[in-house]
Amino acid sequence: MTMLTSAIGARARSVVGRAGQLPIVPLVILGALIVGALFADVLAPHDPLKVELTNALAPPFYHEGGTMVHPLGTDELGRDILSRLMHGGRVSLLIAASVIVIGGLVGVPVGLLSGYVGGLTDSIIQRAVEAVLSLPTIMVALVFVFVIGQTYLSIILILSPFVAAEIARMVRGDALAIRRSNYVSLARVAGASHLRVILRHILPNVAGTIIVVATLQVGALILVEASLSFLGVGVPPPTPAWGLMIDGGREYVATRYWLSLFPGLAIVVTVLSINWIGDWLRNVLDPRQQML
Amino acid sequence: MRGRGPRTVDDALLRVEDLHTHIGVRGGVVKAVNGVSFTIRRGETVGLVGESGSGKTMTLMSIMGLLPVSAARIVKGAIWFDGRDLLRENEAAMRKVRGARIALIMQDALTALNPVLTIGDQVSEPLRYHPGGYQRRFQDRVLEVLDSVRIPNPAARLNHYPHQFSGGMRQRVLAAMALGPAPDLILADEPTTALDVTIQAQFLTLIRRLQKETNTSALWVTHDLGVVAQTCDRVNVMYAGRIVESGDVRRILRDPKHPYTLALMESVPKLGEKRDRLYQIAGQPPNLLNLPPGCAFYDRCPLRMDVCREQFPPATPLEDGGSVHCWAVSDGRPTAAPAAEAGR
Repeated sequence: MTMLTSAIGARARSVVGRAGQLPIVPLVILGALIVGALFADVLAPHDPLKVELTNALAPPFYHEGGTMVHPLGTDELGRDILSRLMHGGRVSLLIAASVIVIGGLVGVPVGLLSGYVGGLTDSIIQRAVEAVLSLPTIMVALVFVFVIGQTYLSIILILSPFVAAEIARMVRGDALAIRRSNYVSLARVAGASHLRVILRHILPNVAGTIIVVATLQVGALILVEASLSFLGVGVPPPTPAWGLMIDGGREYVATRYWLSLFPGLAIVVTVLSINWIGDWLRNVLDPRQQML
Repeated sequence: MRGRGPRTVDDALLRVEDLHTHIGVRGGVVKAVNGVSFTIRRGETVGLVGESGSGKTMTLMSIMGLLPVSAARIVKGAIWFDGRDLLRENEAAMRKVRGARIALIMQDALTALNPVLTIGDQVSEPLRYHPGGYQRRFQDRVLEVLDSVRIPNPAARLNHYPHQFSGGMRQRVLAAMALGPAPDLILADEPTTALDVTIQAQFLTLIRRLQKETNTSALWVTHDLGVVAQTCDRVNVMYAGRIVESGDVRRILRDPKHPYTLALMESVPKLGEKRDRLYQIAGQPPNLLNLPPGCAFYDRCPLRMDVCREQFPPATPLEDGGSVHCWAVSDGRPTAAPAAEAGR
């Protein structure tokens, strides 16, 4: 028994060992973004909605006339940009996370089923997936949100099927190949049920794919959400959202670039960090990437 | 037949009777297994020999009740295992047999192991499904069985992944997986083809020894007569979905009766013998789609007669308890011996 305990210990160590090169930079950035978003109420220096017309379009601190009171300046209504970014991150991250979770909960089982069962089931599911993926996301979301109403829920609801379809398609491809593998046959020979084969042999093998697709989709979602806000059908103003802020700065972009630059930077940095972390996560979870 | 096991006959563990497994394809039916019968006694090792496409693997998977192609159907026959006809058992009952009582060792050890699960996880998997007597201490059983297949320092190796093992070790891990729940019968599907000769000999000796210790029966499916010579007690030679000759391994290697068996042995190159060309059996194996009624070896046979084309030869019993299906033998005409001279 002691042998086994030590074995379990060694196994935990090996996972930690593989985690060796933690991607510090994106983890810190994303951590800061999440903390900033979660605790925006406490941490933000100003009320993001507080209008102060006398102090409109104040420059960031490094410009002449900028102050540390409004480190990233203020917008056309004199609202503090840093505070709005923090609150806006809440919107972007909440929507992206909800859509990924819903999309994954639907897409992963559907993809596994489609790939494992094959035949007619697979054909029907795949036609449905292709139908969803052939729709132009922004257009459909535009119409849907316009009809149903501009709420968090309606945005999450309309974006989820696209993510679910994308995940289902990728998972299905992997499951299809793994289903025919010798170790699946051997598991069946050993007496495993279909459900067990799926959960124990196929799911761990598609985990890498799921993570990569999910992180790529987080990036895409933040962009779509920003696009919707930019087009005026995202989260309703005056709620701060990154896309909405970029849109708000459009008129002033020639002279007061910081109105659009900082929310734009926030989007880029968030998306890059998440993709970077996803890449690292996939490597950590794949024992084949581990050196002897 | 119904409900009556073969127990009365002898101590047969497995008795395959007139098994027909057909695959429906566009344009007809492929008779992959076309009336195969054989018996494995307790503790006995039986070989199933034949070239690729002769129906060996199909026979094996029919016994397991896991046909690899969805178009494949067992259309006729019975598979008696320890008194029960496996073809009449439902899926739930079959799951209890698979792994626990009949285990499989596969050919390609690299792809037969899941790359993302540790060796410990994989060897314990069949035990999880069939804890049997190892309920309490199946973790100990994993170590025991890994040790028995000579994995050095098994406790430390439990958390390693397949890619960290050599080819020979992976094959032994596969054997450990099969042996874990102490099955009554091991089906081995060419488990040594991916190994080099020295490792192969080691592996065969090991399995043979473990089998002796536990009185486990085995069915070796192979095209390698060397493997047969090293492991088997009796051999069944399969050609085009049928068993054409069966019998004691020494007798078959010394005195093959069926012209196909003879040709198969001629095809094995011998050390220290110089030849410009390797011997090969003339012609191609028959197309299993729409097989002619007579002997399938007709087109390639040096002893063919007219009757061979019209009717499949009946079994001629042999002294060693085996039998041969060949008109040239059953008519009392010269056996395969003259062909041996012609071949040399």
